[in-house]
Amino acid sequence: MQIYICVKHVPDSAANITIVEKNRIDENLTFLLNPYDEHAVTEAVRIKDNLPDSEIVAVCLGKDDAEKTLRSAMAMGADRGLLIASDKNHDSIETAQALKAAIEQDGNPGLIFTGKESIDAEGMQTMFRIGALLDLPVATNVVNLDIEAGRAVVDCALSGGTANTYELSLPCVIGAGRGLNTPRYPTFPDVVKSKKKPVKKIAFYDLKIEPSKAGMKIVELEPLLQKREPKEIKGDAGEVAKKILRILKDEARVI
Amino acid sequence: MMKNIGIIIELDNGKIKETNFGMITLARAKDTELFAVVMDADAASVKEDLELFGITKIVEVCLSKDQQANPVVRAKVIINVIKAYNICAVFGLSTATGKDLLPRIAAFLEASLVMDCYAVDLEQNLVKTSQYSGKTIATIKVTGDVLVFGVRPNAVEPVKAQASARIVKLKLDESNLVAKGFRVIKTSEVDESTNINLVEADVIIAGGRGMKNGDNFTILSKCAEKLNAAVGASRVAVDAGWVPYSMQVGQTGEKVSPMVYIACGISGSVQHFAGMKTSGMVIAINTDGNASIMSNCDYYVKADALEIIPELIKHLEND
Repeated sequence: MQIYICVKHVPDSAANITIVEKNRIDENLTFLLNPYDEHAVTEAVRIKDNLPDSEIVAVCLGKDDAEKTLRSAMAMGADRGLLIASDKNHDSIETAQALKAAIEQDGNPGLIFTGKESIDAEGMQTMFRIGALLDLPVATNVVNLDIEAGRAVVDCALSGGTANTYELSLPCVIGAGRGLNTPRYPTFPDVVKSKKKPVKKIAFYDLKIEPSKAGMKIVELEPLLQKREPKEIKGDAGEVAKKILRILKDEARVI
Repeated sequence: MMKNIGIIIELDNGKIKETNFGMITLARAKDTELFAVVMDADAASVKEDLELFGITKIVEVCLSKDQQANPVVRAKVIINVIKAYNICAVFGLSTATGKDLLPRIAAFLEASLVMDCYAVDLEQNLVKTSQYSGKTIATIKVTGDVLVFGVRPNAVEPVKAQASARIVKLKLDESNLVAKGFRVIKTSEVDESTNINLVEADVIIAGGRGMKNGDNFTILSKCAEKLNAAVGASRVAVDAGWVPYSMQVGQTGEKVSPMVYIACGISGSVQHFAGMKTSGMVIAINTDGNASIMSNCDYYVKADALEIIPELIKHLEND
C-alpha cells in the first residue's frame, strides 16, 4: 500500500513572531515538522510494520527550505519525499488542490494522512478538502486507527475524553490527533539515512491548479498583546481562598 | 440587499447550548435574515430561546438517529439548506462537533472557511481569528458564493434581540444524503451533568506539574464541581499520564476562552498560553514566583495549589 503523508513546514511554536509588510511573518526563524504530522508519520510507520510492502511518501507544499521538514519525516520513517515548491503562501483550498494533484501524479494512495491542524494557520480543513477533491471518506482528530480487510476503523476524539467510532472504506484520508501514538523520534543513524533518501521537487505552477472562486487571504496580522496587570493575593491558605472566592463572586461574577 | 444567514444550532441532549447565543449575536448584522438549522430536536422546543436572540426562521430537519450521528450526512443536510434558502453565509460552533462538520461543508462546496473565529464583518467579508499559537490575530478576507465560519465558543457575549420566528420544515431528498464510504459504528454520549465541556466552560481550573500526580487532580475535580467548572491540564500533566489528552489546554490541546481560568501549578509556557490566553480572567497559583504565568495573569498567589484549593473547596461548601 502507498501511504501519503501531507506534512507542513511550520514555525517553531516557541519562536517569537515578527510581522512584516502588514500581513506576513518574518520567516527568519526556526521551522519544523508540524507536531500533529509527527503522529501521522509514526502511525504510517506502524502500519508499514504490519504491511511490509508499503511505501511511505511525505508530501509538502512549501518554499525550498521545506525540504528540511521532509527530511525530518524521512528520519522518522518516510521512504521518500515530494516537495511542491512555491514562493507564495497558499490558502487551504489551493494547498489541497496542489497536494491532490501531486499525489495523483505520483502514485496510487491507499491511505492519506495529514495532521489534524497546522500550528501556524490553524485552519483544520485541508484533510477534508483533499478528501472532497479525491471523493474519499475523511476522519479527523483520529486517536485510534485499525486497518483491516479493506477498511479503516477510527476513533475520533471529542471533548471530555470520549470518542466516536467510524468505519471508512479504503482509500481514505486521516487527520492525525494527539492521542494517536507517541511520536517515534529519530536516532542519529536515522537522520544520516534520511539524507540519502530521495526528494522529488515539483513546481507548484507546473501542477496547473485551476483558480478557485473561493479563497481565504490574510490581509492583516497583528501581534496579540497581553494587557494583564498581575495583582498578588496574599495571606495564609484560608485567607487566600476567601479572597479568591470574593473575586470569583464580585469581580468575575461566575458564582 | 437582504442576505440569508444560516446558523447551525448545537444541542446537547435536546437542550440548546448557551454558547449558541454568542454565535447568533456574532452573526446578526444589518440587512440579514437569520435561519437557525435544528437537526436534533423539535424546532418548537427551542423556538422561544432562538427568538430571544433574533432568529426569524427555524429550519427543522427530521433525521433518523443513524443520520443524526453521521457528520457526512449532517454536512449534506446543511448543503441542502444552503441551496433551498439561498444562504450565503453559514455559522457553526468551533467545538469538537463543529470541527468535524464545518470543514466537510466547506470542502464539499469548495467554499471558504475560517475556524475558531471571533469577529466577522459580512459587509466587507473580513473575519478575525488567532494564528501562530495565539501570538497573532489574523484578519482574513474570504471570497466565494458561500462563506463558512466556525465561531470560537464563549468568544462573543450574547446580546438579546427579540424577534418572532417561523418554523419551516425542509423535506430532504434521501439520495442527496449518502455518506460514501463512511459509516458510524458507535457514538459516545457525553453526560454533561458530570462532565462539563472544556471548550464551552465558563470557568476552568487547570493543573500542571505542581499537581505532582494524577490523584491530586481529584482535588481539582471536586473544586470544579462546586464552581460548575471544567478541569483542564498542561502538557506536562498529560504527558506524565496523570490525566487524559482530552484535558490538555494549549498549542496541541484545546483552545479555551472561559470567563475565569485558574492555573494550578502551571508555569505558563508559550504553548500553554496558546490555548488559554483569550480567557477573561486568569488566576495563577504557583510556588514559583518567577514562573512566567505569574507575570501574565490578573491575580497570582505564591503558594502550593494543593494547599489553596482544598481551602477554596471548604469556603465554597460553607458559602
